[in-house]
Amino acid sequence: MDNLHSLMIVLPEVSLAALGLLLLLVGLVNRSNTTHVVSALTVLSFIITAATLISPHRLSFLMGGTAPVFAFGTMFVDDTLARFIKLLILAASALSVFLSGGYLENHKIARPEYPVLILFATLGMMLMVSASDMIALYVGLELQSLALYVLAAFQRDDAKSSESGLKYFVLGALSSGLLLYGISLLYGYAGTTDFVKLSFVFKDAAPHTIGLTIGLVFVTAALAFKVSAVPFHMWTPDVYEGAPTPVAAFFASAPKMAALVLFLRLLREPFMPLAMEWQQIVVFIAVASMLLGSFAGLAQKSVKRLMAYSSIANVGYALSALAIMNKDGLSAMLIYLAIYFVNTLGAFGVIISLRKQGQQVEAIEDFAGIAKKNPLLALAMTVFMFSLAGVPPLAGFFGKYFIFLAAVKAGMVPLAVIAVVTSVVAAFYYLRLIKVMYFDESKQIIDACPCFGVRATVTLAALYMIIFTVWPQPIIDGAIAAISGFIRG
Amino acid sequence: MTEIVFYLFATILILSAGMVVASRNPVHAVLYLVLAFFNAAGLFLLIGAEFVAFILVIVYVGAVAVLFLFVVMMLDINFVDLRSGFSRYLPIGGAVGAVLLAQLVMLGLAWKTDPQLLSVVQAAGADAVDNTRAIGRLLYTDYFYAFQVSGLVLLVAMIGAICLTLRHRKDVRRQNVDQQLSREIADVITVVKVESGKGVQL
Repeated sequence: MDNLHSLMIVLPEVSLAALGLLLLLVGLVNRSNTTHVVSALTVLSFIITAATLISPHRLSFLMGGTAPVFAFGTMFVDDTLARFIKLLILAASALSVFLSGGYLENHKIARPEYPVLILFATLGMMLMVSASDMIALYVGLELQSLALYVLAAFQRDDAKSSESGLKYFVLGALSSGLLLYGISLLYGYAGTTDFVKLSFVFKDAAPHTIGLTIGLVFVTAALAFKVSAVPFHMWTPDVYEGAPTPVAAFFASAPKMAALVLFLRLLREPFMPLAMEWQQIVVFIAVASMLLGSFAGLAQKSVKRLMAYSSIANVGYALSALAIMNKDGLSAMLIYLAIYFVNTLGAFGVIISLRKQGQQVEAIEDFAGIAKKNPLLALAMTVFMFSLAGVPPLAGFFGKYFIFLAAVKAGMVPLAVIAVVTSVVAAFYYLRLIKVMYFDESKQIIDACPCFGVRATVTLAALYMIIFTVWPQPIIDGAIAAISGFIRG
Repeated sequence: MTEIVFYLFATILILSAGMVVASRNPVHAVLYLVLAFFNAAGLFLLIGAEFVAFILVIVYVGAVAVLFLFVVMMLDINFVDLRSGFSRYLPIGGAVGAVLLAQLVMLGLAWKTDPQLLSVVQAAGADAVDNTRAIGRLLYTDYFYAFQVSGLVLLVAMIGAICLTLRHRKDVRRQNVDQQLSREIADVITVVKVESGKGVQL
């Protein structure tokens, strides 16, 4: 009976895993369009999973779904926060699969394992954001990371892609080591790996044992690596540059959200009594990420590296929302993530669709004059860049606005000021790209790829950026409901 | 009796571990490593951890060491070259090692073990259940979730390894059963009427 109950709670994850196994078999059929079919079925699996996640049957089984429910002892938790972010993760993964089709075929790396690996990475992320135990956290994180290492090296005949996969793997293994070391310290001093029990231990350990704090620092450092926050960001530009572009787009969207929400759950649940200790760490890495992301981005020549630094800066904004840690701050972070992932996927979509003589466009100067030949693509890119820069009518502005507002309300004015200043600095490199597209003379012929998936994604993302302005209610309400359900629980 | 066996295993373990580093022939080094693993497994058996002991033999001796042997035999690595700086770095390396050893000894002398800890250490083998069964019970109940997800992690590792390394070589002729079975007579045999004295034009 208890196991049946647990299975009902993890039903979305179980169905995603089962569909993934099935898709592996489908991939074995040796046809020319197998990858297409598997990709389409992967997106379908994401839709089925999302439907299971929020199906009224399951929610009524979970007693309305407002209070958190635990499965398998206390390993797995399902609450409003987990459901909200899982929907975003599924959407981001589905869009990433859409983005990949044309690119994979153009580079002759279209193999059915690609969407299946994205599926398993997504499963890992869903398990991560629902982890309620250090062991569950670790296995979820490892499932996600392992799939991502392989995806980074997927273009295996390309030296750069292999290099980025290897680099990501070695540094990722190092950060997993740090994480496990931190967890073992926490377990050694607290005697439990369960989040709820850990929070009680931390509350009672009045003069905090130094070992607990060291464990906390290790775990925080490892997670900062996973979200690529400064000073653990070094891998990001290299991996983004070397990995196939749609993979870089995937890296910048779904795993970032999953790791940030995992961070949020960890700091808010077991580590909340240690807020004095971790708040200064989080503020430091947030400020450092914002500064480095904006200033180092100025010197970039490759557009993929630029996007990498942009993602570091954006993680900085999300982390400063995390540092505030009250209801306003956390819901601002969720809103920010919900906007950012669409924004970055859209921008990557434009990068993927531009080609010169069949080759992928990488340098910023290659964008020169594309506005004349591909006015719609240039317009879409303008929307994404303005939105990333936080120019008012677009969605990106609201994402930043809520964070700054929450910071000021919580009395963290210096943090808000740094965030505003760095976003002005970062606006320079976003605007420069627009200037290059519209005002520079083009030197070579740039074609847009006719891939349907990429076009659909770019169009959808651009529309989302604009529609959010007039109708932001679903996202804002969803984020606030997710956070109030989480904090009450 | 147990003490004698312990010292036997421990001495051979340390000696063979030393030989792993010292032996000139890499194949010998790997064989000494296997010996070291066996003796470590013996030590585990002595403290009643038979599951860990057998895992050590099966996984490390059966798989890892054999893999090492394969790698050593397949790659032509000149270990003498790798060790060329040995005598040059010996003084500094030895000094660092000595300092570390001295610190460890000091730490060991100053260490006070919590009396409660001893009871925890002994708890593993204290009840009637042997520890393979005890681990199995935990793994399939409390840690069922983590166990299953670990299975998925291994699956992804397998998919990854295959899709990064498997290459279908075009120049190798493979047996294609489908093709063989679906061959029709008309595809492969032509019946030709041979006129006498003219032969066949191929």
